[in-house]
Amino acid sequence: MDFGPHLVFALIEGSVAAAVLALTAVGLSLVFGVMRVVNVAHGEFFMVGAILAWWVATLVGGHPSLGFVAALLVAPVLAGAVAAAADWLVLKRVDYDPEATIVATIGMLYVIQQVALMTFGPDARPVEPPFNERIALPWFEFGENGLEFYYPWGFSTTSYKLFVIGAAAALLLALWALLARTKVGLVMRATQMDRDMALAFGVPVERVYMLVFGLGAGLAALAAVLITPIQQAHYLMGGDPLLLSFIVVIIGGLGSIGGTVVAALLIGLSDGVISIFFSPTLAKIIATVAVALVLVFRPQGLFGTRAA
Amino acid sequence: MSDGWRSAALHGAVLAILIAGFFVLPAYHEGALARSMVLAVFAMGFNLVFGYTGLLSLGHALFFAAGMYGLGLTMAHGGLAAAPALIVGVICGGAAAGLIGALALRTQGVAFMIVTLMFAQAGFLTALYFGEWTRGDEGFVIAQGAREIGGVALSDADARYLAALALFAVVFVGLAFIVRSGFGRALVAIRENEERATMLGYDVKRLKLQAMVLSGALSGLAGAAYALLFGYVGATFASVQYSILPLLWVLLGGAGTTIGPLIGTVLMFYLIDFTSGLTSAYLLFVGLALVLLTLFAPQGVAGLIRRRLAPWLP
Repeated sequence: MDFGPHLVFALIEGSVAAAVLALTAVGLSLVFGVMRVVNVAHGEFFMVGAILAWWVATLVGGHPSLGFVAALLVAPVLAGAVAAAADWLVLKRVDYDPEATIVATIGMLYVIQQVALMTFGPDARPVEPPFNERIALPWFEFGENGLEFYYPWGFSTTSYKLFVIGAAAALLLALWALLARTKVGLVMRATQMDRDMALAFGVPVERVYMLVFGLGAGLAALAAVLITPIQQAHYLMGGDPLLLSFIVVIIGGLGSIGGTVVAALLIGLSDGVISIFFSPTLAKIIATVAVALVLVFRPQGLFGTRAA
Repeated sequence: MSDGWRSAALHGAVLAILIAGFFVLPAYHEGALARSMVLAVFAMGFNLVFGYTGLLSLGHALFFAAGMYGLGLTMAHGGLAAAPALIVGVICGGAAAGLIGALALRTQGVAFMIVTLMFAQAGFLTALYFGEWTRGDEGFVIAQGAREIGGVALSDADARYLAALALFAVVFVGLAFIVRSGFGRALVAIRENEERATMLGYDVKRLKLQAMVLSGALSGLAGAAYALLFGYVGATFASVQYSILPLLWVLLGGAGTTIGPLIGTVLMFYLIDFTSGLTSAYLLFVGLALVLLTLFAPQGVAGLIRRRLAPWLP
């Protein structure tokens, strides 16, 4: 492929990654914003979502779209329930102390990951996409006869990948509506702004925390259900989404949902482009160092305004 | 008996038990304890910043790996002898900690944890990126013939145990003096109340950085010694897991105690050793231990002893 189609190809692949990353990272950002704690086990809830998607799809059988829809409904709810239980059993008891929470969620990370290894096994398993037509993309060229269109070899995407981008956008809009337009969202925002004042006004803060922790994990699981038809389910798959979500949430400004989405697009796209043209390892080195430096010199994030 | 004498007696007793171990332990446990003692040096280095200064770093794997690669690369590619390579390892660990500390110490709390985590991750990825020299995850072996200091072959099991013990003893006793010195007490003051320490006129930033560099140098020493004694250098030792493990050892043994890191390292080694016979998912127990410690015993074993039985425990 020439440089032009190659770049567009990288951008489309990057958009798919960015869409899934935005959903995952928004979950982490929501938890940090409302609860002021960092959930290191976030990537494992992503992995749980993927494994549940495989499990549900296998259990349902029949046409792939049946299993996929069932997984889309069941996996996030189950993953969210696990997270809510973990919040109730562990985080509430350490009183959401930021440092103790990090240590405890590191512990949860290993527990969830190893339980997945013991039950799901060490193999990567695929989920069949509900639909997967190959769409060849045209490219243009200024030849002797003026503007010409042609289809470069290998320059294509699939209908499912386009669906992932659309679905992620729709889900993010739905989340925005939940936070900005409903009573539940109002209560969450009140808790985020001033926990003590919210408590004084009769907001059941502990239940809000449990809900938010579950919702954050559910979003990660939802993102995983969307990606499993492209990328197989595996018990170690939680590492990359965690690292990338961290990067996105920090660059976007800790706790700012809008900044998180913008940063996810930025990081997803540039990760896609750098990974295709250079080494993926180099892309990650640059991203991690950038994050550390952002935290040191601009702790409110590139787009945020509030101090971390 | 004064606290100073009690402390001296305790440290002496610990070392006497370890020396006795050399004569009574069967080969397998001798190797296990040698490994634990080297890793305990790493844990003691971590304890200096976490337990005494109150800084929770999630990036100590970087300093351990810096020492390991500092020794490994100079020996394997530079042809350096073991003793100077060990010094290179210590310098690499201290220098890495000085550099990262100068940047990361501008942040506090959760941000400090994430910054150190990110730098360590970048270090791990860098080790993978230069796979041509480091051989990445696969790692490389240090030639057996080169692993000797002053004519003593360190690949021999007995010599290895004694070398590990000597290293452990120097750091163990050295740190016992340091934490009782003015410097050590100033670090504890920072942990307890940073603003008050600043008010009293301590240069808090400088003290924290000094603690980081010393801690990094000790971690580097442990990494270099590990490579030298066990002959293997690999990128696994730079991964996040090796930043989490010293935290676990110190939490389990007791943060802010001189004896805690050894207790934690040895207990965890045998817990993993025992459970990995039962299941391949032994990391499950690492996770459970972390959650349970946070919930029920944040002071660890030595912390509990200090609170219940011996308030003088250093």
